Formats: sequence, structure tokens, C-alpha cells
Amino acid sequence: MLGLAADRLRADTNRLLAFLFHQGILDEQFLQLQQLEDETSPNFVSEVVNIYFHESEKLLRNLRSLLMDKEFSDYNKMGIHLNQFMGSSSSIGAKRIRNVCVAFRAASEQNNRAGCLRALELLEHEYCFLKNKLHELFQIQQQRALAAAVRYPMQN
Amino acid sequence: MDADNKVRRKEVLSSMCDERARMLQDQFSVSVNHVHALAILISTFHYYKNPSAIDQETFAEYTARTAFERPLLSGVAYAERVVHSEREEFERQHGWTIKTMQREPSPVRDEYAPVILSQETVSYIESLDMMSGEEDRENILRARATGKAVLTNPFRLLGSHHLGVVLTFPVYKSKLPTRPTVEERIEATAGYLGGAFDVESLVENLLGQLAGNQAILVHVYDITNSSDHLIMYGHQDEDGDLALLYESKLDFGDPFRKHTMICRYHQKAPTSWTALTTAFLFFVICLLVGYILYGAAIHIVKVEDDFHEMQELKVRAEAADVAKSQFLATVSHEIRTPMNGILGMLALLLDTDLSSTQRDYAQTAQVCGKALITLINEVLDRAKIEAGKLEMETVPFDLRSILDDVLSLFSEKSRNKGVELAVFVSDKVPEMVMGDPGRFRQIITNLVGNSVKFTERGHIFVKVHLAENTKPVADTKAENCLNGGSDDSVLLSGAHQFKTLSGYEAADERNSWDSFKNLVSYEESRYDASINMTVAGETSQSVSLMVSVEDTGIGIPLIAQDRVFMPFMQADSSTSRNYGGTGIGLSITKCLVELMGGHISFVSRPQVGSTFSFTADFGRCKKASFNETKKPNTEDLPSSFRGLKAMVVDGKPVRASVTRYHLKRLGMLAEVASSVKRAVSACGINGSSCGSKIQPDIILVEKDSWLSGEDGDLSLLMLDRKQNGHMFKLPKMILLATNITNAELEKAKAAGFADTTIMKPMRASMVAACLQQVLGIWKKRQAGKDTQNGSLRSLLCGKKILVVDDNMVNRRVAAGALKKFGAAVECAESGKAALKLLQIPHSFDACFMDIQMPEMDGFEATRRLRMMESQANEQMNGGDTDEGLAQKSEWHVPILAMTADVIHATYDKCLKCGMDGYVSKPFEEENLYQAVAKFFKVKPISDS
Repeated sequence: MLGLAADRLRADTNRLLAFLFHQGILDEQFLQLQQLEDETSPNFVSEVVNIYFHESEKLLRNLRSLLMDKEFSDYNKMGIHLNQFMGSSSSIGAKRIRNVCVAFRAASEQNNRAGCLRALELLEHEYCFLKNKLHELFQIQQQRALAAAVRYPMQN
Repeated sequence: MDADNKVRRKEVLSSMCDERARMLQDQFSVSVNHVHALAILISTFHYYKNPSAIDQETFAEYTARTAFERPLLSGVAYAERVVHSEREEFERQHGWTIKTMQREPSPVRDEYAPVILSQETVSYIESLDMMSGEEDRENILRARATGKAVLTNPFRLLGSHHLGVVLTFPVYKSKLPTRPTVEERIEATAGYLGGAFDVESLVENLLGQLAGNQAILVHVYDITNSSDHLIMYGHQDEDGDLALLYESKLDFGDPFRKHTMICRYHQKAPTSWTALTTAFLFFVICLLVGYILYGAAIHIVKVEDDFHEMQELKVRAEAADVAKSQFLATVSHEIRTPMNGILGMLALLLDTDLSSTQRDYAQTAQVCGKALITLINEVLDRAKIEAGKLEMETVPFDLRSILDDVLSLFSEKSRNKGVELAVFVSDKVPEMVMGDPGRFRQIITNLVGNSVKFTERGHIFVKVHLAENTKPVADTKAENCLNGGSDDSVLLSGAHQFKTLSGYEAADERNSWDSFKNLVSYEESRYDASINMTVAGETSQSVSLMVSVEDTGIGIPLIAQDRVFMPFMQADSSTSRNYGGTGIGLSITKCLVELMGGHISFVSRPQVGSTFSFTADFGRCKKASFNETKKPNTEDLPSSFRGLKAMVVDGKPVRASVTRYHLKRLGMLAEVASSVKRAVSACGINGSSCGSKIQPDIILVEKDSWLSGEDGDLSLLMLDRKQNGHMFKLPKMILLATNITNAELEKAKAAGFADTTIMKPMRASMVAACLQQVLGIWKKRQAGKDTQNGSLRSLLCGKKILVVDDNMVNRRVAAGALKKFGAAVECAESGKAALKLLQIPHSFDACFMDIQMPEMDGFEATRRLRMMESQANEQMNGGDTDEGLAQKSEWHVPILAMTADVIHATYDKCLKCGMDGYVSKPFEEENLYQAVAKFFKVKPISDS
């Protein structure tokens, strides 16, 4: 029963990852990130991703407040935020978000407020989506870990 | 005309005048002649006969009876020449005394001329001495001197008181010599025959006989005395038309006297009709012209007024249009902002724990919201295009990756429907083109979205070629592509397999294998010919692409085909009910395509499918900008598959080409086998004997081919592999599928396929990821990779490295990556913190520095660090020269820039600031190795 669950979970993980790659939400950088995970740092990916979420939410908040300021939008500051966002996104391999960031930055460089707003919406949307999916992934992995943990005593 | 008239008038007058003058003259001369005859008669019978044959009675009788001969003469009389000496004798003979004109007995004179014979009409002058009248005397003297008829001045005649002249003829007693002198004549004169011409009644009569009598006024003058014209006929007070007169000479036979006839018109020349009509017509014409001018002026004024009005209206309309666009933009923006909140909140709501009903509600709301956003965007786009405000960007972009992206958007939907989705881009299409990627994506999304919406089975196939490439093929096939031409064949299509992507019939046969292979083979030859060819092709500035999107959906009804591109028109009102949508998409697409300098068309057959194709012009990318821009826009396809050989097993050649296209993009060499059997034979032979044949590293098997193929073939393949015994060299088998059930997956695994199936639609990066996953273990075995990985580890192992980055995520990832290679990592979150850590006595072997940081960026930090180092070095050199020489290069921490966008300029700047190199973020092993090897390679040697 538990063994089967583990298999299913593994299949789920694969399917989810395949989906994410397929949709272009993640790229191989994420795989590399996963490869960095080893015995010394078992939760490396989730740790990094959590930092990423934390940072990103802060950035998104900042961006939104900058853009909502009707009178004046500090495109310079926005650019800095976007660079950060872009950097962290490409670090974890969130490709789609990174692409949106590129578009966003292009819009901000042109002082195109409407474009910025649109990009921000898209960015928020993509971010929510990625967050959901990655949470799902981590949940499955947690379950897997649990299942593995349960199984070990049985095997032993 | 008037002059003409005058001339004619003058001519008429002259002819009439001449005619009258001639007639008068003729009549006159007739009378004169007759008087002459009378004179001769008298001389003959009165003088030559002795005794005289003529007496008063005879003469009166004769003259009375011959009076018709002399109508002009009131009467004739004969006066005998009597000299004074003969007077008594004469008086006695005749029994009366000679009397003067005043009827008194004549005084004594030299000679007398008493009338002896007279016509009865003038019998009152008998016995009157003609020489007593002044006029008559002169006449008589002249007559006998010349021997011719002479005329007196006109004077009032005795009887009638009419103006008249007296004609006098001399009668000679004897015959005159042939050339008589005046004296001889006077001597021979016997008497005088005279007659009074009543000129007035004469002319009156004469004129009465002529036509046009009333029209002209005739005057006859005696002009013997040129200074004093004596009037013979006509009333002095009648003036007539003074402007025009005509003079005719009259010759009455008396050379001494001159007469003239002057004719005038009675009335002034009537003003001519022509002149009148001309004047009238001219007036009328003037009137008309005036009226026309007036009308024109009025019209011009009216048109001008209208024009001004129109202009005003136009301005107002334009203002309204601008207002509309602004309104649309504002409203849609205003709607979108809260909609975004709604959607975001819905997304968050969906993350929370919801009951299934709640989730359903929330999802519905989200879907509706998204639809609304899409609609608003479309309307906004349409408004923008209409307002001409939509401007096309020209930035370099990778067409292929955009197509991949779009396809991946629809992959979920198409997979659920079981519709195959594929993209094929010709090799000749440049990797990067200049254009508007967003709009291009929009067009493709629109077309593919439509296709996905209306397609329930079969395939959707996006194909991109150079426009000029497809032409020859299109021409050959053109005759077959009549819209909805052959509905009958549709019915048969169930049994028949078409050579399209999925085997279903497509509307436009251009994409079927028959023509497609021409294209592919043509390109192959071009491609193989050499790269020079592409270089030659790149000389032109722009490239025209032909994109077609083919589906096997429900097609467009024939009646609706001509209004497909009209906004808000769907094929059928039931369409929106069944499939949703507003029908604005295609009109926007058309506008966008036209903005891109192309045109869009379609071929559609109901129940068979539609093929939309459009052309668009893009600029070619300059090589220089190519490298710089490549990074940010394109997904980087991993290069690790370069040179790998693959075999694609697929019964459908079009689909196989698509697969091959994706593999080619990864740098792989691909061969196509139409069935498993052929693949087996191709591999089987090579496995055992000759190495010249292809030796695939991977075999990609299409699900259909696998299912249709016999298991025996596959097991044969497996067996073959076992027999060969080269386990590590064995090709990996990967299944390609649009959708796959778990059962099939299990079966596939049992058949020896890898765990991962490549799900369609394919996209290069996804294929790459899958291949990586499949080849993951296998890859490590490869020597090259292993050594590189190992060497990186050996390079970095035990090194103490500082990572400076303000981005916590990046910091963590970089630290993790470096740690993995055995380095001890410390982190700093800003330039300042880094400087603090790098105070001169430090133990770091290297520093990875982010460039873009707030407060102090990487360049600045590096500059300061280098300054510190040089100071320290100087101090050391100054303090201890011996050791300074040896340790001169001691304080130089290698600093590597970390940057997400590696532009060449940035790299130069890095070097200028004293950095030693750069690595791109996120780390790639190869890249990292190259960068680190530069300065660590020396160190291990010097250390060891």
C-alpha cells in the first residue's frame, strides 16, 4: 500500500515536472538546482524557493506600489527591482517569470506605464501560478519523503 | 453686316437713280428729236415750198395729231425771224402787230421773232415776240449760232406755272454748207421752233410709271452755273435721307447746259433686322452668361459653406474618435485594474482549502474574468489599430521560440481533445528576425486559438517558410484548392488516409506530404549545399515569411467565408453559443498582418478544415546585434546534445519532419524510418557488422507507429541489443505521444521504452529537458563531461570563496552550486559588506561579485578593493623589498562578475574595473569552468 503510494507520488512528481517544463514555466536551471540537493543540504531546493517566494513577494509589492503611484512612477527603481526579480527567477529556473520580467523591464525603460501595468498583472499571475505549482510539488515531495521514511523501518 | 447693308443700299439707290436719269433722258431726247423733225418739216414745207404748204391751221392740226409723240412738251410754236426792216411788211402780211411777252406792241428792235405757227395748247403766244423774253432771246441767239436744240434755264411757265424749260430749234431757210460758221448760220436762220418742257409734270409722270417711286426722292438740277444750282424738279423742303445721295448726269442734248439728277431715299435707312437680332441675341447671351456666372458664384459659395461645415464636422468627428479611443483606453484600463485584483484574489482563493462546489464557483469566476480581460484587450487593440496608434516594434526575436511558446499555451487543450499540435519552421528562416514579437505572437495565438477551438480531431499544424519558397509549390497545387470544392471526397475520407500531419484531410493540400516533401527536400539541398548560400541570402535587408496554420476542424461555411475578417462577425450566430468568442480576433489579426506588410488569406472546406496563411515582412538581424540580443530574448537550448544521432520512427512523413526539425534545433542528427521494422533493420545491421551506417544514440518512436507495429519487431530490436552486448552503447528508446493512458505507459515501459515519454506538442526546450532526464545517468558516463565536472571539482575544492549578491535567492543558489564543487562559501549581501570582509589580511581565494547592487554596485566595489590592494602591496613593497618581490602578486583576489545579461560591453567594463572575468547567472558548469580555470589553473600548480 505504502509502496504503491510512493510509486504514485513519484509518477505525480514526474508528471508535474514534465508539465512545468512543457509549459515553459521552468527550465533546466531548476533541474540543476535539484542536482545541487544532496545529503549535506537535503532541503536545498525548497529552502531556496522559499527565499525566492519571500523576496519575490516583497518585490512584487514594491513594484505594485511604485506603479500605483499615479503621479510619478520611478522607472529607475522599478528597473532595479526587476533586475533583482529577473536574477532570482533565472537562478531558480522560473523561465516564464523571467521572460515576463524582461518584457516588464523593456516597458519600464520606455516609460510605458500601460505596458508596465499589463506586465505587472501578468507577472503577478505567473507568480501565483508558479507558487501554486511549486507548493504542490513540494507537498508531493514531502509526502514522498514521509512515505520513504515510513518505508525505511519496514525494510530494515 | 451693316456696312454690307449700306453698300447694297447705295447700289440700289444708284441703279434706281441711273434708271430714272436714263429714262428721263431717253424721253427727253425722243421729244427733242421730234421737235427737230418738226423743224425740218417747217423748213421743208414752209420755206422750200412756195407758196408755203403750212399755215396755222395745218400746223395746229398736225401738231395736235402728233402730240402723242411729244408727251413732254406742253406745246410747240414756230416763231419767224423778222428783222426790223421787214417788220412792217410782216405785220401787214399777217394783219397783227408784233407784241412783247407782256402783250404790248413790241418796241423797235433789230430783229423780232414773232410766233406765227403754234399748237393749239399754246395758241396764246401767237404773235408774241419771243425775243422780248430774256430767256427766250438768249435761247434763240444760242440756237441759231449752234444750229442745235438749246434749253433755257428752268423757269415758271406761262400757262401752268410749273417749272419748265423751253427748247428752241433753229430753222434755216436754205441748206447750210457742211461746215457752216456762226455767221453763215445766223444768216441762214429763218425762224425758231420752240417748245416748253413741263419738266415737273414730265418727271412726275415718268416716276409714276416706275416701281419704288415712293422709296426715293428725286431732284433734278440745272448746274450750268456751278455756283448756283437751279432746281428743275423737286421740292426744296423735302429733305429725305441726307446721309445718302446719288448723282446722275443728265444729257438733254444741249452741250451748253448741264443737268443732274440727285436721288435720295425717302426715309432713312431702316435699322437692319440683323443688327437688331444680333443685339438682342447678344443681350440674351449676356443675360445667360450673367446668370451662369451668378449661379456658379452662388454654387461656389454654397460649396465653400458646405466645405467649412464638413471640416467642422470632421474635426468634431475626429475629436469624437479620439474621445472614443481615450474612453476605451481609460475604461478598459480602469476595468482591468480591478479585474486584476479580482483574478489575483481568485487565484489566491483557489489556493486555499475549498470545498469542491466553492472551487467550482471560484474557477468559473476566474475563467469568466480571464475571458473578460481577453475581450477588453482585444477591443483595446482594435481601437488602437483603428486610431492608428498601434506601432510595430522592431526588435530582434527568435521566431521559433515564440512559436514554441504559443504552442505550449494550447498544448493542454489540444491534448485533452486528442488533437495533434505541431510546428515546423523551415531551416531557411533566419534564427533571429527583426519585428514585433508581441504582435507576431498575438497573430499566431489568435489563429492557433481559433483552430484549437474549432477542431475536435486530427491536427493543427503551424508552418513557417520563406514566402518566395512556397510559391512554386503553391502554383502547382493551386488548381486543387478550390474552397469547398469537393464535398464528395469528404465522405470517403473516413476510409482514406491523407498524407497530412495526422492523416486527416486538410482543406489546403499544400501541407500534405506530396508538396511538403518538395519543400523539405528543396531546403535540404539548399541546406546541404553550404552555409555560403545562407550568407548570400542574407544580403537582402528584409525577409518575407509565409506562415500557415492548418487545422482539420469544422471549417467555415461557404456563405460566411467572405465576412470572416469583419469585426464581430462570426461564421454563424450559433458559433458564439457553441464555441464562445466575440469574433473580433480575426479582424485584429488581419490588421496586424497588414501592419506587418503582409496579407492574410484562407482556404476552408466545411467539415474538412481551414488553412489560414499569412505573409509578413521582417527585418534581418545584423550579426553584431545578434550576439548581444540573443541572451535575453531566447531560451538557451542546451548544447549538450550536439552531435547526437537520433532515429525517428514515424509512419507519417510530415510528422516525422516536424520531429526531425525539433531535434535538429538541438543540434542532433536525425534519420527517419517509416516503421519499426525498417528502424530495426537499419540498426540491426549496423549493430553487428558495418559501422558506416548510422548508429543512433536515441530512437524516438511515435506512439501510433509503435502500436501499429508488431511486438515482434520491437522484441527483435531488444534481442538485437542483448546480442550485441554493448549495453552502454545501446540507443535509448523514447516514446512520442500526444496523449497516453497509464496502461499504455506501462506497456511501453515493458517494451523497453524510457520512463519519460515526450508529450506533444513538441518544443525544443521541452524535448531537451526530457532528453536530459532520459539521458541523465547515461550522460555522466561520458568521458568528456566527467572530466570537466571532475576538474571543476578539483579546481574549486577547498577554496574559500566570497559570494557578493544583494539577491538572497541568487546568493543561496550560487553558494549551493559552489559548495557542491567542494568550495567553502561565504556570503555578503552588499558591496560594503564585501569590502569589510576583504580587508587586507583575508583568506579568500576568489570573489564572485554581482554587478547590479543597490548603494554600491559591483564595479565600484571592485574598484575600491583594487585600490586597497594596491595600497597594501605598495606598503609591503616599501617595507620589505626582498619578500615583496616574491609576493608581489599576493594581494590580488580574483573577482568574477556575476551577471544575468552578458552583453559584450559589460564584459569590457568588467575588465576595465579590474575584474578578472565573468560568469553568467545562473551558473552553468561549462561557463563556470571556463571562467574559473583561467586563474585557478595556475594556482594549483604554483601551490603544489
